[in-house]
Amino acid sequence: MTQHMDKIGAVAIIGAGITGVQAALDLADMGFKVYLLEKTPAIGGVMAQLDKTFPTNDCSMCILSPKLVDCARHPNIEIHTTTEITGIEGAAGKFSLKIHQTPRYVDLLKCTSCGSCAEICPVSLPNEFDYGLSTRKAIYKSYPQAIPNAYVIDKIGDGKHRCVECGRCEKVCKSGAIVHEQKPLDRVFSVGAVIVAAGAQPFDPIVKPEFGYKRYSNVVTSIEFERILSASGPFQGKILRPSDKKEPKRIAWVHCVGSRDKSVGNDYCSSMCCMYTAKEAVIAKEHHHEIEPTVFYIDVRSFGKDFDAYIERAKKEHDVRYVRSRISEVEEDSKTKNLKIRYEDECGELHEDAFDLVVLSVGLCAAKHKPHELVKTLGLSENVFGFVDSVSFDPVVTNVPGIFIAGTLLEPQGIPESVTQASAAAAKAGMLLRDVRGTLVSHKTYPLERSVEEEMPRIGVFICHCGINIGGVLDIDALVTSTKSLENVVYVDANLYSCSEDTQKKIVDAIHTHQLNRILVAACTPRTHEPLFQKSLREAGLNPYLLEMTNIREQCSWVHMDIPKEATGKAKILIAMAVAKTRQLVPIHTVEIPVNQRALVVGGGIAGMSAALSLADQGFDTVLVEKDHMLGGHLNNIFYTVEGLDVHAFVKEISHRVMSHPRIKLYLSSKIKDVKGYVGNYDTYIETSAGVELFNHGVVVVATGVEENKPKSYHYGADPRVMTQSELEKRLSEMDSRDVCNRETYVMIQCVESRDNTRPYCSRICCMQAVKNALRIKSLNPRAEVFVLYRDMMTYGFKEIFYSKARESGVVFIQYDSDWKPEISLGEHIKVKVKDPLLGSVDIPADYLILSTGMQPPKDTMALAKQLKVPLNSDGFFLEAHVKLRPVDFSTRGVFLAGCCHSPKFLGESVYQGEAAAARAATILASGKLESEPNIAVVDETLCSGCKTCILVCPYKAIDAVEKNVDGKRVVHAKVNEGLCQGCGTCVVACPARAIEQHGFNDRQILSMIKEII
Amino acid sequence: MTEEKKEHNKEEFEPRIVGFLCNWCSYAGADLAGTSRIQYPPNVRIIRVMCSGSVDSMYILRALLEGADGVFVGGCHPGDCHYLDGNYKARRRMVLLKTILETFGLESERVWIRWISASEGQRFAETMRDMTDSIRKLGPNPIAKQWNI
Repeated sequence: MTQHMDKIGAVAIIGAGITGVQAALDLADMGFKVYLLEKTPAIGGVMAQLDKTFPTNDCSMCILSPKLVDCARHPNIEIHTTTEITGIEGAAGKFSLKIHQTPRYVDLLKCTSCGSCAEICPVSLPNEFDYGLSTRKAIYKSYPQAIPNAYVIDKIGDGKHRCVECGRCEKVCKSGAIVHEQKPLDRVFSVGAVIVAAGAQPFDPIVKPEFGYKRYSNVVTSIEFERILSASGPFQGKILRPSDKKEPKRIAWVHCVGSRDKSVGNDYCSSMCCMYTAKEAVIAKEHHHEIEPTVFYIDVRSFGKDFDAYIERAKKEHDVRYVRSRISEVEEDSKTKNLKIRYEDECGELHEDAFDLVVLSVGLCAAKHKPHELVKTLGLSENVFGFVDSVSFDPVVTNVPGIFIAGTLLEPQGIPESVTQASAAAAKAGMLLRDVRGTLVSHKTYPLERSVEEEMPRIGVFICHCGINIGGVLDIDALVTSTKSLENVVYVDANLYSCSEDTQKKIVDAIHTHQLNRILVAACTPRTHEPLFQKSLREAGLNPYLLEMTNIREQCSWVHMDIPKEATGKAKILIAMAVAKTRQLVPIHTVEIPVNQRALVVGGGIAGMSAALSLADQGFDTVLVEKDHMLGGHLNNIFYTVEGLDVHAFVKEISHRVMSHPRIKLYLSSKIKDVKGYVGNYDTYIETSAGVELFNHGVVVVATGVEENKPKSYHYGADPRVMTQSELEKRLSEMDSRDVCNRETYVMIQCVESRDNTRPYCSRICCMQAVKNALRIKSLNPRAEVFVLYRDMMTYGFKEIFYSKARESGVVFIQYDSDWKPEISLGEHIKVKVKDPLLGSVDIPADYLILSTGMQPPKDTMALAKQLKVPLNSDGFFLEAHVKLRPVDFSTRGVFLAGCCHSPKFLGESVYQGEAAAARAATILASGKLESEPNIAVVDETLCSGCKTCILVCPYKAIDAVEKNVDGKRVVHAKVNEGLCQGCGTCVVACPARAIEQHGFNDRQILSMIKEII
Repeated sequence: MTEEKKEHNKEEFEPRIVGFLCNWCSYAGADLAGTSRIQYPPNVRIIRVMCSGSVDSMYILRALLEGADGVFVGGCHPGDCHYLDGNYKARRRMVLLKTILETFGLESERVWIRWISASEGQRFAETMRDMTDSIRKLGPNPIAKQWNI
């Protein structure tokens, strides 16, 4: 008891890229205080620099920015930028983390981000956000949506390469935010756990002179090309080449620059370059149809969910030319600045092609850079490449108890893996600190809400100058005058910055002084600023939904900059429309939905067990349902890892922990019969051998796994010498070296009934399983011969090292084309015929034929999807809410997924995905209550005829037919479930009796706006 | 456009357009047009709704009757609807509404529905330019306010 009293309910997160941001949000929602520490002046990391993300081509900033704003607003997250770690003391549960903060020279609380300072600043410097392709001033903001939303002064460097302290910014800053004399700050944070999410760096291709980077102006890196693509980038989203700012037509991408390359010490694969290359080629083609993209590659590693389909589309729909090759050199024509690429194709022939622009698809590296110092300071062990080493079965756990690792500093990887690890690391911290959860968080309290229903509308309007952003275009005085003449408007004020802290005070004061009961803010977009003003209303004792905003910046002054008169006219109408709606505003009372703090986990494989243990260790009672008579799932067919670790011993240990955990109730040989209810309040019927049991819970984690496909081709089943990889693995696990000393030949065929029409996706794990088993054969019997017939070796990340090792130990890898699948004939030997690009047709007499057949979802997946009302993708795997940023959430609140039912994956990946699902689930369970959506639909029972049309159209099944007895008559009417309704308004439109209205967007409000359009 | 026709349409005619934009995609796209400073004509008055699927035909008719020369409905791209399939519902409703408008002798081209994502500021601005031009060519809405005479 006394031990845990010492623990601290706060967590430090080092690095505020998307990984750190996700971990911060999860922990803050789980009830922990978070210090989010970032060495640059803004949070957001590399993702903020990307144009689009694969495989959905989502705008990167659009999906990232809301998470950044959430961080900035969260009462339990403290953001500290320009901050680095200088030391750590203490132990798991209670650390003292020492930090050093370099001065920003701008007061964060005062800066309104108006940009006047940068406009007047005389010093131009290369803009690192655009990798020097553009310039910025010495006082700058990293990017427009940067959080903290404030400027920073660059005083690093010497002489002309920094701020010259001319004082002009100080003079022009109306809010007095410039503080030239700010001093560095050293502080100590007391935290219970630390999450390291410091990230890796793009490889600098300067050390590969053959590519001509920095020597030839039209050779750029892939991350520079992201900036070129970006609308906020150096060329405003126009694809131009640096030398002459002309549109390039022929663009080449060169894969594996700084990856899979022993000569630079990076003999690992960087995992995400194949996909971002395809994305950049596709997006470039979308920008200008005339662009001819060519991709030079070794393997296309499209191992992730829906990646293969993306590559196929790139090739077929967007005419991206893929050339399997090795590049010998890039050469520049000194006159035209065009580039020549010399390469050797897969048949060994030499070619030369000309291009206007060459993009180097650079990998990620960790060593020799800042993270290295951090890793040393924290005492973390690192691998030979400088990435942080983790405990192999549990990737987010480091050698130092209480310090967890997530993101690309663990291994080069894509965004979904990083985000998942972030949540997993949050779960780990949550487990360690469960007894002190909620001890350091703050809850803001507000005065009681004043009742306004009986009062006439008294509207206060606050019109924002937004520095010169609005005031520089619109005639604010004219707007004030016209607004004053509108009915029910009793107070109008114009402010320099409505979002500033002092205007918030003015709003609160005006509400009291003038007895205002409805507020209109005419400023920027409600999408970012509504919550801020709603808070001010709450502080003044008004219901927050008595606020309306009208957008006279993004949708007026900024888009009509050259026609101030017309813009002012439009703004007058926009304000009149908004006042009309404001008049009709009524208080909205959200309800608190109680949450049953128990969890259901479906599937007892490693992901399900990992999720259940994580939930139980965080203090939540959990029921685990497994259809088989034993735990372990597909891992029962896996015997060892490529590193030689015993998988069965691990499964045994984890199973034992699950079975003996006091908070886990296990149902074996059981399945889900029916699920009723919604987030926070589920009733699930579990069918066991002993009968049906009812279980109430608040969240569901789906972890139903995969099974190995048993193939129909290659005489499988007809000849015992033909077997799947898992069957081979079982045999190998039972052998020792004495059993096999004769010469024998194994031929492995990859992608059997996989990545073709039968299963048009890559199963991610088969290539590595082949490498693992090939290495095992070689170690058991060095005289054995092993051939692996492959299409693309998907040995991504550090798995590449084992692929290299297999080649070095004599395993022969032969690449085949999907149009030329290997053929076999059975006899004394199995004769395998394969077409090698170099040697032509090759016959291999084999003793054993091993088929890598890919994984598929179990047959009952569809039934569970229907019970939980969650979607599957076209391949039959569960479809998450968002492939990048919500990888373990379903779009249905309260349901999560983990492990291979999401897509095939490795043991470690399933472990951290299980933990991540537990963390996400804990964000709902921890507080014990949920707030309903404000803009939900409500049914007027007196008008409802009970036709049930609304029930049919509701996408969330949020409406029920309720029977009532009215004067002895049975009456049916619709009732909206406040927990399920998401506020789309579909039912409102569908209702023939107009008996439903949507809070915040009702007919009276919309129609009153329409009346003011002239 | 011939000189004669131009005169007939009155050079001064500035179309009034009401735009119903869904909160998650098109409204965000309009915001992005702003943050990117992409200029477009000031003829549209935007009304934010949560989903294009919640735009009642009645709103569109009422806007036309109140004097709007055109009505724009913006939603998420097919498959991207924040509320699963509200945009499909909106599309179905618009097809039907346009047929009805034609039977009443009002050009169905006065009502536009387009998919504009949160990342398509440029597309939003272009669409506003196109729509303003196109409604300007159509001339003033003939049924505006005639209902209450």
